[in-house]
Amino acid sequence: MNQPVSPNCATGSTIRQRGQHEVFCGLTSIIWLHRKVQDAFFLIVGSRTCAHLMQSAAGVMIFSEPRFATAIMEERDLAGMADMHDELDAVVDKLLQRRPDIKMLVLVGSCPSEVIKFDLSKAAERLNRVHAPNHRVLCYSGSGIETTFTQGEDNFLTALVNEAPRAPARNPAKLIVAGCLPDVVEDQFARLFEDMGVDGVEFLPGRNSSAMAGIGPATRFILAQPYLGATAAALESRGAKRIDALFPLGEEGTTAWLQAIADAFGVAEDRFEAATAAPRKRAQAALKAYRPWLDGRRIFFFPDSQLEPSLARFLFRETGADILEVGSPYLHREHAAGELALLPPGTSISEGQDVDLQIDRARASNPDLIVCGMGLANPFEAEGRLTKWSIEFAFTPIQGYEQAGDLAELFVRPLKRHSVLSEGLGIKEAASCS
Amino acid sequence: MRIAASMEGVHYVLHAPQGDTYADLLFTMIERRDSRPPVTYTTFQARDLGASTADIFKLACKEAVDRFKPSAVLVGASCTAELLQDDPGGLAKTLDLNIPVVPLELPSYQKKETWGAAETFYRLVRACAGNRQRPDNVPANSCNILGPTSLGFRNRDDVREITALLTSNGLDVRVVAPLGARPEDLAQLPDAAFNIVLYPEIAETTARWLQKAYGMPFLSRVPIGVGETRLFVAEARAMAGLEAENEVRQDGDRLTWYSRSIDSTYLTGKRVFIFGDATHAIAAARIAANELGFQVCGLGTYMREFARDARAAAKEYGLDALITDDHLVVEDAIIEARPELVLGTQMERHIAKRLRVPCAVISSPVHVQDFPARYSPQMGFEGANVIFDSWVHPLMMGLEEHLLSMFRDDFEFNDGATASHLHAHSPATGAVSDAKAGDGSVSDQITLPNAASLWTDEAERELKKVPFFVRGKARRNTETFAADNGIHPITVETLYDAKAHFAR
Repeated sequence: MNQPVSPNCATGSTIRQRGQHEVFCGLTSIIWLHRKVQDAFFLIVGSRTCAHLMQSAAGVMIFSEPRFATAIMEERDLAGMADMHDELDAVVDKLLQRRPDIKMLVLVGSCPSEVIKFDLSKAAERLNRVHAPNHRVLCYSGSGIETTFTQGEDNFLTALVNEAPRAPARNPAKLIVAGCLPDVVEDQFARLFEDMGVDGVEFLPGRNSSAMAGIGPATRFILAQPYLGATAAALESRGAKRIDALFPLGEEGTTAWLQAIADAFGVAEDRFEAATAAPRKRAQAALKAYRPWLDGRRIFFFPDSQLEPSLARFLFRETGADILEVGSPYLHREHAAGELALLPPGTSISEGQDVDLQIDRARASNPDLIVCGMGLANPFEAEGRLTKWSIEFAFTPIQGYEQAGDLAELFVRPLKRHSVLSEGLGIKEAASCS
Repeated sequence: MRIAASMEGVHYVLHAPQGDTYADLLFTMIERRDSRPPVTYTTFQARDLGASTADIFKLACKEAVDRFKPSAVLVGASCTAELLQDDPGGLAKTLDLNIPVVPLELPSYQKKETWGAAETFYRLVRACAGNRQRPDNVPANSCNILGPTSLGFRNRDDVREITALLTSNGLDVRVVAPLGARPEDLAQLPDAAFNIVLYPEIAETTARWLQKAYGMPFLSRVPIGVGETRLFVAEARAMAGLEAENEVRQDGDRLTWYSRSIDSTYLTGKRVFIFGDATHAIAAARIAANELGFQVCGLGTYMREFARDARAAAKEYGLDALITDDHLVVEDAIIEARPELVLGTQMERHIAKRLRVPCAVISSPVHVQDFPARYSPQMGFEGANVIFDSWVHPLMMGLEEHLLSMFRDDFEFNDGATASHLHAHSPATGAVSDAKAGDGSVSDQITLPNAASLWTDEAERELKKVPFFVRGKARRNTETFAADNGIHPITVETLYDAKAHFAR
């Protein structure tokens, strides 16, 4: 299990492929961001395809008042640029009249708006002049040509950071936790910080649109999500310093993540121990129940969210699973270094995708479980292979101690279901294994 | 894409940015398809923009044909690729692929999905069935069924229902397309005597072309509802040269009796608002008015191409058709019409939920729950049975309606409670509402500006005694009556005067 690994084992075997990808564009991040930031409204400037995507992806939820929409570009918008700005202004006016409770309006760029070089930042600036101070207007890109899936959140957080005021260097050190976390996880972390004596922690994004506190050379930040390359760069450009750590998935990951914060803020060892001992035990106990299902199972990851290296590390180290391939849409080497170093030697890492070739590789390696997107999952199941759809990791509380068991359970569920349905093993009996 | 995914042996190479592959999910998740749709996306990214996107397309096209070996390939551009102007058709032609290459010109900034499907089907049929020689003796009772597609609302079961109905009437159904057909089958289309267009929005263009090219007549009556199904059978028999029956057999029709049985009396005159694709909306209005005895209080479609048909249909009910693809406009129209039942798409379901009005889905766009496992056609006699159940189910049962209007303050079975056979659902939290506390009906909230000052407290209390599902209408009628007669403020007296004035 814990054999020493050569630091280069992971980087030596990266498969870099380009070709057809089967991934979401950054617009999809709106689906969770608009629930997190409760007084923000996300307005996509795009085509019918963008509107269609959002409707299909979020359409299952029946909102009486969704907090996102698409301003659809038409033929005449493509003809001349001037009137597109006018039209956008009219749409925004109408929207703000309809929803006066919106405090922050976020304009989201899409492929069509970028290909025709429609300058959203200029539009946001202009709209800000009109609607401030009642409504802040921001913009970022969620287009497929620029972003995959979770990178949309990265761009949104970058926009928030760029808007934040500067703080002088002599301010006391303060922590920013970057990355959208489910409310319940955020609350758990907040309690742990309090127990550790780290105070004044700010979560990015916050639950409402009120502007961030100042960022400066005294600011420390830690990433809660692995897909925040641009956000980290924006924070660093203000002089903030990154705390390097594993991502808080599983007991080991969460402990390492909290320990890095404790070290940065000079928390005494016994205080750290007192704050984390009980939840660590709980997490280990919960994981024990799921281990029999995952021990020795061979798992193949298709790229989706950049969470893959952390998930693979968790499965390998804490449940005994065997990792065949870790696909990630993009690898931020510096941020993922700790994760990759903990993977077993010889694990193949792939960055980017040529989907047909990757499907061929998955079939050839005949895994026990394939982690992939919904476009591939049912077709794989129909071939008699077991899959875990990957989008769920973006929509489920999986970080922190109390969710370590839940995270393992997400991988166990398809395996358990398969045994229930195929071996006629009743639910009662199967449940006794857990 | 719907056409390619409906068929076998057709591959679609789509020039599109990364992320557009989300469309696969419509097939693999919503329709629960067990294989990947036959679509290859070029998935170009920002760094590809420039001269190389054309090469990316050519490579993708070549590899797709080598890997999947289709009998025909469609090539096209998504809305973003359209802006790049790479000309997929021209590029594919330079590849010498040895199979028919059908370039698609789908202007995504003007036209929408249904138009795209109709155009794609037409181009494909022309490519496969052009320049054919019709056999000398085509049996008069042979026909094709055109229009059903993947992701079409209940198309899977409609085809089964109608094929069985036609077969039992002595017709010979040859090719069903595009759903389940291969390019080779399309080549056989001219071998039948006539065509049956089940979904005009998809197949009318194609049927017209087959009529022009091969003199094939077509029947495009949509057999949704008992009455239309009977006419459809009669017309199909006539077209096939079969003698007319004295009485069209209605095996399995239960709607007619269910609708006549006395427990359906309370359905009489219920106000229903209908919106969807043109075919389903118009058919639904007919069933609502003629077969269930509802009052159609709103009718509309998001399909501009069929605006004329929708207007003509709406006129029959003394209405102006609503032609829009803006769901906010639809929402305003629903609020204005104060229906007791909404029949619409997934979007109207959202609206109805917010207004707490019962709702049933009659048309795409729909979600996964409307691709059910059980047999659930909309067409034919079994389709009418399915429709009866699914439209009546959301309504409050008759007896409950009576009890509610007699006893208003039961602690668990009270005003604004949903019917006992449905989930109690709490009004959506976070919805911006100006509801007065204790007023269960959201559809009663939307009142004229400064309406509060129009009503005396006593009249307002009396209004609360009107059952919630018609309260909105009573409020509006009373306010209209008061305004027309210069009455201010509105008293209990006014409320009842208005009631008498507007008596149905």
